[in-house]
Amino acid sequence: MTDPILKISNLTKRFGGNTAVSAINLEVMPRETIAIIGPNGAGKTTFYNMVSGRMTPSNGSVELEGKDITGLPPHKISRMGVSRSFQLNNIFPEMTVQENVEVALTALHGHSRRLFNFASRNRAVQEEARQLLDKLHILDLASRRAEVISYGDKRLLEIAVVLATRPHLVLLDEPTAGMTPDETRRTTALIRQLAETGDYTFLITEHDMDVVFGLADRILVMHRGENLFFGTPEEVKNHPEVRRAYLGEDEEEEASA
Amino acid sequence: MSGLGPALLNSLEMGLLLFVIAVGLNIVFGVLNIINFAHGALYMLGAYFGYTLISILGLPFWIALLTAPLGVAIIAVLIDRLMLRFIYDRDIADSLLLTFAIMLIISESVRSIYGSNIQAVYPPAILDGTVSLLGSPYPIYSLFVIAMGLIILAGLWYLFNRTRVGKIMRAAALDRDMAEALCINTRMVVTGVFAFGAWLAGVGGVIAAPMRTIDPGMGEKIIIESFIIVVIGGLGSFPGALIGALILGAIYGFGGRYFPEFNLLLPFLGMALVLLFKPTGIMGKGANA
Amino acid sequence: MKQNILTGVLLAVIALLVALPWFAPYFYIFVFTEILILGLFAVSFNLIFGFTGMLSFGHAAYFGMGAYTTAMLLLHLDWPLLYTLVAAMALSGLLALVIGFFCVRLSEVYFAMLTLAFGMMVFTIAHSWRDVTNGSDGIAGFRISEFGLGLDLVMGNPAVYYHVTLAIVVIAALVLYVISRSSFGLILKAIRQNPERVAFCGLNVRSYRLASFVIAGIFAGLAGALMAPFLRVASPELMHWSLSAEPVLMSILGGTGYFMGPFVGAALFVLLETWITSYTGAWMLFLGIVLALMVMFFRKGVLGTFLDWWMNKND
Repeated sequence: MTDPILKISNLTKRFGGNTAVSAINLEVMPRETIAIIGPNGAGKTTFYNMVSGRMTPSNGSVELEGKDITGLPPHKISRMGVSRSFQLNNIFPEMTVQENVEVALTALHGHSRRLFNFASRNRAVQEEARQLLDKLHILDLASRRAEVISYGDKRLLEIAVVLATRPHLVLLDEPTAGMTPDETRRTTALIRQLAETGDYTFLITEHDMDVVFGLADRILVMHRGENLFFGTPEEVKNHPEVRRAYLGEDEEEEASA
Repeated sequence: MSGLGPALLNSLEMGLLLFVIAVGLNIVFGVLNIINFAHGALYMLGAYFGYTLISILGLPFWIALLTAPLGVAIIAVLIDRLMLRFIYDRDIADSLLLTFAIMLIISESVRSIYGSNIQAVYPPAILDGTVSLLGSPYPIYSLFVIAMGLIILAGLWYLFNRTRVGKIMRAAALDRDMAEALCINTRMVVTGVFAFGAWLAGVGGVIAAPMRTIDPGMGEKIIIESFIIVVIGGLGSFPGALIGALILGAIYGFGGRYFPEFNLLLPFLGMALVLLFKPTGIMGKGANA
Repeated sequence: MKQNILTGVLLAVIALLVALPWFAPYFYIFVFTEILILGLFAVSFNLIFGFTGMLSFGHAAYFGMGAYTTAMLLLHLDWPLLYTLVAAMALSGLLALVIGFFCVRLSEVYFAMLTLAFGMMVFTIAHSWRDVTNGSDGIAGFRISEFGLGLDLVMGNPAVYYHVTLAIVVIAALVLYVISRSSFGLILKAIRQNPERVAFCGLNVRSYRLASFVIAGIFAGLAGALMAPFLRVASPELMHWSLSAEPVLMSILGGTGYFMGPFVGAALFVLLETWITSYTGAWMLFLGIVLALMVMFFRKGVLGTFLDWWMNKND
């Protein structure tokens, strides 16, 4: 039995009188892929924000590989091997696709403190960036400005930037949202390939159930900030409460979501 | 400690005057998400309009108090419609740059029209002279300033807590997305709020005219003071503006009495202290970058 | 190819500047000395505005700090000019470190307010601490005996100081250019476009903002240090907010997106100033109107607009 890579205990976030995330407990094993599902407003993004350091929890703790990272700032958590994508594209719009990845690599290798070199002649970083773009099948866009490429390609670019920091734990926030069906299929395949071949642990929030059931080893179902159910895809599919709350069998929930 | 009473009254007088100006800056920021660098220049405009009406045209102070701030508000409507409307949907740096340019334009226009000399406005006869208060003579005009500050404070409190318009403004300041969802960021509201902020600055300018010197540098002095107030109190917070203004007033009232040689530096030191221990201000919410 | 043409144009301009005293009227030696100094000031400002994305309205504080340092060291200690420049850079950098510590912690709006407020604090100190700064009269009456490194400096001929300024500004601009194109510079550009993503790449955005603020302060200090011997006085006006407005306008005028933009802006600015002030005293009013129009309708600046058009032509 190995130790969990991520251990979350009693994680809670309150905004004024509202509890956005309520006493979540979760243990994630290395190289697992966990999907987090739940209607809009279930607290998935707030949960991510606390794990990645964007928000400080009101209560509870986050442990990464046995170390307490609760409330650390994002850059420290990132350096410990956690990286994330956002629901809305979060890239460097005025840079080229390749430069986007180079920024992350420059940070990773500690080159960011070099004042008197030419970044455009940093061959090692450039080569590594191109390899990564190739892995995500967007190498042909390398010299395009990031703001002009298609929406789906921007999502892939963001994943490339995320992976460039060499994370052990990757948090993807609705990676296929807004993608065409074809892009969704390609992205799903890509993530599956990364999960199978690389040393990554994935947390993925997603609304597309095909993507969720196609990728997840286990699924956390959140509802109004709480852990409604946590189990394998099979268990989730057959769980009556989950079906009622989320899988489209309760008209009222859908309407209010 | 015979100096305590007058120092307290001085602090209150300065604090309430500063509140009237800083709260306008804060309201505009809250609703429009713009820090208006020209806010101090609008205050100066109020003082110069007052000076023109009272000292040059010989009109009564009360007429100036009613009309000069309206003049400032009209200028603000023009600024909003002719200039700011181009940059509302742009990066925040552009609004800073543009209001900074407007500050230059207003203060230099005033300088070239009225010259750089110090001008004076005398208080109306009924407010001239002194009364004995807490054992010391105290100018009646200062009491008038305190009274005006309290009236405006009460009026704003009523506006924000008891009227529909004020509640909408407060909601907009708290949550811009919700405000947009309620369709209240219409052209009228934006222009109205900007003009209202300018009106407050104009009122402050007319009230200040008989007590502070009138010169083209007065706008830059007050904008720095307003910034110090919102940093101390918390940007976008209505009670924060009051607390910040009263603290700065106290720094002037008491600091000037007990540490005259550091009088000009004390406000900045106060601001630095708040920034060290409570970076978002005493009443501020999260504003971290 | 186009990059080579630009480099060629730049070298030709530098060659023309070197030769300027031999063909231009006397008056223009003064004009171009001022352009070079203010150009360096503006480029240092644009390192934080155009690259890191922080709009400072108090950059004159470091410019003035440099001017006062040089003036006082020349007056009281009679140091060689070069040493005073180094000291000016060090002290301006230190001032930027202290003020920057407070300013880079919060959002862009706070940054703009705080830089203006702290800038006026420095101005207030320079204006009121009479024992040290000589109040509103400033520090004057100093003279330069030597440049340092065993070189003499004849201040009687303005062409000599012009050449000294040109050499130092070119070297300083080269250093700043390399920094802007370095790995560090790449991170600064990334911070302007998306500070959150940079933080999630594992970098402490605040320290990079502070580092760029200090570097900008150091080079603003160098520009100020060159200004004091040129004006023969270091006065509080060099720290006033209206002087902080100048690099803002120069950068917007030339274009914040290109390294040389602020230099082009400085040249336009000084030439316009020379021309306008011969007609009217309301130069600052004109400045405000130009800044407003540029921000509203011409945000890329003169050089930026031209280069964007030219670089994309037939590509």
